[in-house]
Amino acid sequence: MSITAWVGCLVTAGGTPISPAEQEFVFLARQMQALSLAVHIPLVCFGIAFPVLVLFAEWRYLRTGDVVYRVLAKRWSKVMLALFALGVVTGTILSFEFGLLWPTFMASFGNVFGLGFALEGFSFFIEAIFIAIYVYGWDRLPPRLHLLCGVPVAIAGVTGSLFVIAVNGWMNHPSGFTLRDGRAVAADPWRALFGNPFFWHEWVHMYFAAFIVAGFLLAGPYAWGRSRGRWGRYERLALTIALAAAAVAAPLQPVIGDWAGREVARLQPVKLAAMEGLGPTTSGAALHLLGWYDGSEVVDGVAIPDLLSLLAFHDPNATVQGLDTVPVADRPPVNTVRFAFQAMVGIGSLLALLSVIYLYVRFRRRRLPTSRWFYRAVIAAGPLSVVALIAGWITTEVGRQPWIVYDVLRTSQAVTGARGIPIGYGTLVVVYLCLAVALAWLLHRLSRVPLDPGLDLDLDPDGQAGHAD
Amino acid sequence: MLTEIPIIFILLGLAAYTVLAGADFGAGFWTLVAGGGQESRAATRDHARHAMGPVWEANHVWLIFVLVICWTAYPVAFGSIASTLAVPLFVAAVGIILRGAAYVLRPQLQDARAVESVFALSSILTPFALGTVVGAIASGRVPVGNAKGDLVTSWLNPTPLMIGTLAVATSAYLAAVYLAADAVRFGERALERDFRTRALWAGVATGALALAGLLVVRVDAPSLWAGFMRGAGLVMVIVSGAAGLATLVLVRGRRYGPARLSAALAVAAIVAGWGVAQRPVLLPGLTIEQAAAGRATLMAVIVSVAIGAVVLIPSLVLLFGLFLRGHLDAAPEPRGHAPAARPTSGAKRIRPVAAFAAVSFLVGVGFTFFGDHGWSFTVGVAGLVACAGATFFLAVTLPRG
Repeated sequence: MSITAWVGCLVTAGGTPISPAEQEFVFLARQMQALSLAVHIPLVCFGIAFPVLVLFAEWRYLRTGDVVYRVLAKRWSKVMLALFALGVVTGTILSFEFGLLWPTFMASFGNVFGLGFALEGFSFFIEAIFIAIYVYGWDRLPPRLHLLCGVPVAIAGVTGSLFVIAVNGWMNHPSGFTLRDGRAVAADPWRALFGNPFFWHEWVHMYFAAFIVAGFLLAGPYAWGRSRGRWGRYERLALTIALAAAAVAAPLQPVIGDWAGREVARLQPVKLAAMEGLGPTTSGAALHLLGWYDGSEVVDGVAIPDLLSLLAFHDPNATVQGLDTVPVADRPPVNTVRFAFQAMVGIGSLLALLSVIYLYVRFRRRRLPTSRWFYRAVIAAGPLSVVALIAGWITTEVGRQPWIVYDVLRTSQAVTGARGIPIGYGTLVVVYLCLAVALAWLLHRLSRVPLDPGLDLDLDPDGQAGHAD
Repeated sequence: MLTEIPIIFILLGLAAYTVLAGADFGAGFWTLVAGGGQESRAATRDHARHAMGPVWEANHVWLIFVLVICWTAYPVAFGSIASTLAVPLFVAAVGIILRGAAYVLRPQLQDARAVESVFALSSILTPFALGTVVGAIASGRVPVGNAKGDLVTSWLNPTPLMIGTLAVATSAYLAAVYLAADAVRFGERALERDFRTRALWAGVATGALALAGLLVVRVDAPSLWAGFMRGAGLVMVIVSGAAGLATLVLVRGRRYGPARLSAALAVAAIVAGWGVAQRPVLLPGLTIEQAAAGRATLMAVIVSVAIGAVVLIPSLVLLFGLFLRGHLDAAPEPRGHAPAARPTSGAKRIRPVAAFAAVSFLVGVGFTFFGDHGWSFTVGVAGLVACAGATFFLAVTLPRG
């Protein structure tokens, strides 16, 4: 259905069973939701990528009999379980908040997109069951069966993110229902969620991002330990695996990003215009690096002629729709979206560069890099990758504003009428700060558990002593 | 008929959550009130920690299941409930975060009072808050609409407070029965005795509270009372009472296996009874049928729950089978034979893997970058994933030069 048809539907929309309410703190409600998502999403990255890495390490152990792989898999699996548990609780909070903050959104459209969360619930279940069997089953289950019990965890990481992002894709490009009285009727949830062209690139982009974030965050402590003299075979292997996971994903991410950008240009032109700060509709539009959107154009930025048209449509003369095609009230906050987008692309490019350096040294010289600067960069890459991750989600979610369901329901119409949002927001900030401190302490503590002294991890199975790089 | 099937799913999920997560909340309760000196308290705490570890996450996913089915199948009811009952729901949410954090931290902490207190208090707060939510819905205090009910008086009322208290008591009771059973498995005689006594007292107290609760309902929510006093509602009340009494007898006779089941039945019957007693009304002026989503959505929910159940039920059976037979306990056990060490054989396969990575790179980048249709992106993404996987394999296994 075209945008104009949607607008037509909106005009005819009357009173809803759950009607919009007066809410003075819409912005704070958005902040609260954003905060909860920003806490949850990095944990999701570990939920997606960590099982794959742990299983890979255990599989290598079974293939080669090299105990260091087993020690690594076992130690990592404990961190994985802790992060998963926090993922469960922060995810539960999200599902509470959907109702607490956006009851009209849930009431009017839950019948369309809710199925995605129901399916995700089952993924979550499978993940919770098998992660417990896997982590508590070390030393208890036969080795091959143990490995096998980890496989559903990795699969659930794929399907879980798929179902949730299907919902996000639907919010960005809604279809599969008829609008009557401001509420979805005749919903076809399967088509709405999975027949939607918008969500596939989001999902693949997020899946690759998960490996980048988890890989760099995991590599950081070992890079740090190297400068402190902790650089045995165990640490080198841990760093090699973690960095490899991030390094194979980061250089491919721009290709997926290009696909995502073209889909946004096609299906959400206003978001693209906000990402680029493009005021008037332009043929052969230039791309601006840095600078500031002053309400009509980007000032003080570096303009590269025709590049925006080339990137968005793979044609330097293509016409790119500007922000002026919609009323001011229908435009997202341009500078927020634009800065978030530039931050994501900028950091992503640096991470890709770091990855290429790592892969080059690893393959060309057949060793790990030796430069201190490389390891400093790896330490910085972890937090930066989280910034890029959150910036990417800000781009797509703030870029969707003022709509919660793009071109159908405004965020301000979806918000709760309940009082007390500032209190809830303040409480949540304090709780999440405590959670962050607790998690930092826990990870530090787990990293300080000594390696089993009975195992000589510095020997390769074929008897060669590993040498420090 | 179709419109009521998701309600059955919700009640099943709620019963599972009340029983399984309830036992977990109750374990937190006992760490707070365990008497008998420092040593006994520490033993109770360790026991509760060990006994609950492996099934903790799975037990708590039931709540998410209940929420998602509710907002998919009965969206208007969900929106009304979540907005009017924002206060207890938010309290429960905070309790869940604190509990999760404490759960994650506890294995690393031998004696940290603060964390234990947070764990115990959130273990009481969360079921209480969720109980008041149920009580507010059951006593018809959630009007249809966006925050149309009063934020405070909708749940600060006799029935909600009663059901909140009952939720805490039920949790404590279930936990005592389950922990006594686990103590037998661990061969901890003294703990078994303690938890047996606790189970008996908690059982009596919960039974008394349940009866008092019925009287409160009679005064405070007459239509719910009428539902409980007729037909299937009355049957469920009787089943719950009988199962509760049977549990007391079984626990007294140290027959904990059947006691686990009868205790669960006593609690599940209350949940079922609530559903039956309130039928067909969901919220005041909104029947289940009126609240239900369209046919396609309901069918989608039913189909996905059916498919999900096919995967989920064997998995749950496996988890609880391993757990209850002690295969996931922390105690060390001689491990299986390590596979014989084989020389790392990565070297032979470098060339073919590298060639595969290169080809899949070209395919992936080509089809994704120049793609225009669904199929070309599918091929492209497959190529990119294959390239990433092969390169990852090489980067890790490539022998040193």
